[in-house]
Amino acid sequence: MTTVDDQTVGMSYLESWPRKLLRVYLPLGLIMFFLLFPFYWMVVTTFKPDAEMYDYEKFNPFWVAHPTFEHIKKLFLETDYPQWMWNTVIVSVSSTFISLFASVCAAYAIERLRYKGSRYVGLAIFLGYLVPPSILFIPLAAIVFQLGLFDGNLALILTYPTFLIPFCTWLLMGYFRTIPYELEECALIDGATRLQILTKITLPLSLPGVISAGIFAFTLSWNEFIYALTFISSSENKTIPVGAITELVNGDVYHWGALMAAALTGSIPVVILYSFFVEYYVSAMTGAVKE
Amino acid sequence: MAILAEPSVATIKRTSMWSSAFQSRHFLGAMFMVPAVTILVLFLAYPLALGFWLGLTDTKIGGAGRFIGMANFVSLAKDSVFWLSVFNTIFYTVTASAVKFAIGLYLALLLNERLPLQSMIRAIVLLPFVVPTVLSAIAFWWIYDSQFSIISWVLVKSGLITRYIEFLGEPWNARWSVVAANVWRGVPFVAITLLAGLQTISPSLYEAANLDGATNWQRFRHITLPMLSPIIAVVMTFSVLMTFTDFQLIYTITRGGPINATHLMATLSFQRAITGGNLGEGAAISNAMIPFLVAAILLSFFGLQRSRWQQGGRD
Repeated sequence: MTTVDDQTVGMSYLESWPRKLLRVYLPLGLIMFFLLFPFYWMVVTTFKPDAEMYDYEKFNPFWVAHPTFEHIKKLFLETDYPQWMWNTVIVSVSSTFISLFASVCAAYAIERLRYKGSRYVGLAIFLGYLVPPSILFIPLAAIVFQLGLFDGNLALILTYPTFLIPFCTWLLMGYFRTIPYELEECALIDGATRLQILTKITLPLSLPGVISAGIFAFTLSWNEFIYALTFISSSENKTIPVGAITELVNGDVYHWGALMAAALTGSIPVVILYSFFVEYYVSAMTGAVKE
Repeated sequence: MAILAEPSVATIKRTSMWSSAFQSRHFLGAMFMVPAVTILVLFLAYPLALGFWLGLTDTKIGGAGRFIGMANFVSLAKDSVFWLSVFNTIFYTVTASAVKFAIGLYLALLLNERLPLQSMIRAIVLLPFVVPTVLSAIAFWWIYDSQFSIISWVLVKSGLITRYIEFLGEPWNARWSVVAANVWRGVPFVAITLLAGLQTISPSLYEAANLDGATNWQRFRHITLPMLSPIIAVVMTFSVLMTFTDFQLIYTITRGGPINATHLMATLSFQRAITGGNLGEGAAISNAMIPFLVAAILLSFFGLQRSRWQQGGRD
């Protein structure tokens, strides 16, 4: 795929400033406002003391007059939030590594070993990518229960790869396909084993692909909700999304400050990771669709 | 997209050399597949089959069920809540996908212009897709609060309305509110993927059209849209698939309320199977989603075929 430089509209330089303002910047600004406002609101609410949060007459709701760390402190000290965060990290990291390992092997075998029927296995894996968790969680709950994994990190570590492996394999197959056969042939002639070829030639050359798959898989498992909601019951085993929505709401009393603090601090790790690897993330997202 | 040319002579030479270099290619291939296949069979294929079976039983949580044939489906067919959830799911999917496509394509075209700080703007646009859906949904829940909604406050202050809007308390308001939240979450994916597609269109096509005196609209209609159509087909299939099976947004913002007005098939199946304990009935609702999903997948398949044809590849 070739990326063309910005000059897609051939004569755009002829356009006058005010026209471009109206045609491009204004609508773009509006859409950006729509996309960013919920985040702004999350941040503002997190640092607002309760007195300001529920009084729009005395205080301008769009601003924080007396910023406070009250909600964040409450979240970290009075709830199981640190434990949820730890669980989320453990689950995301382990399921990402399991998925990457399985996907690298599978993608290499399908693309390069070309064993009998590999085409059909590749297609089957793509179809697996299209099976949504919302139709799998009920039977999976039964299986998780039977295997005695219910209410433990292992339930999530083993089930998350079901949506990560198809995605990673499909993405890595695309990357492996771009590596010339000749390199591997040379290594074979020199007496390298398949494992050596994979670890010393194919993997280093497709490192961007592996990073893309890893980043994307990590954020997917960090964000996962329905399995974690179904398979986990005790508070200390929950992940951030599930803990925030089930434990921070006591009956009809919503602790909006703490909820927003949880939303904010639970988003920050993925946003930081994303900001370091934007290009990889985008290439994973668009690559999986386009391949 | 890299398409490997496979000249026949080279292929024959290569295969013979490879097989002599390593006799057991098939065996080794099978060994490499073991980790992925084990996980996928145990936790993807088996549950898929088990789901079909559960839908035909009266299994409850904590007890083995027995086969009751189509009884679950018969009782669902008479269940008005189930039909309401089907209606809601279709309404949610159609409206949200249409709006996501319209805004997404528009945003992609805007981002394809020459802009200052272009890469930063693109990175920011994707944020709603990156952040955990449940956590941003909590923010929407707060924005839609009946007493402290910031939207209501602004509208009241500017004199447009007199009473605060019951965003989540009234059926149609609630439906449109969750659609808006879904659009917010889905637009970045559509926009960034379509933008990647736009960047592959050669500028010379536009230059030629300019020389022929094409208007902006004609360039869009006769160059951009046809060149983009394969990727539009795939992106929208994914988008429809994700919207149709959505669970997180609804569960977080409304839990299906008010009076089941926003229950999707996915949230209803969760309520019946996990909250209510009727695994069999919940599985039957999940199974009822499958025909729609298959239709979407077939659509994607034909979309992919067309993209290959357009690029002149045959593989």
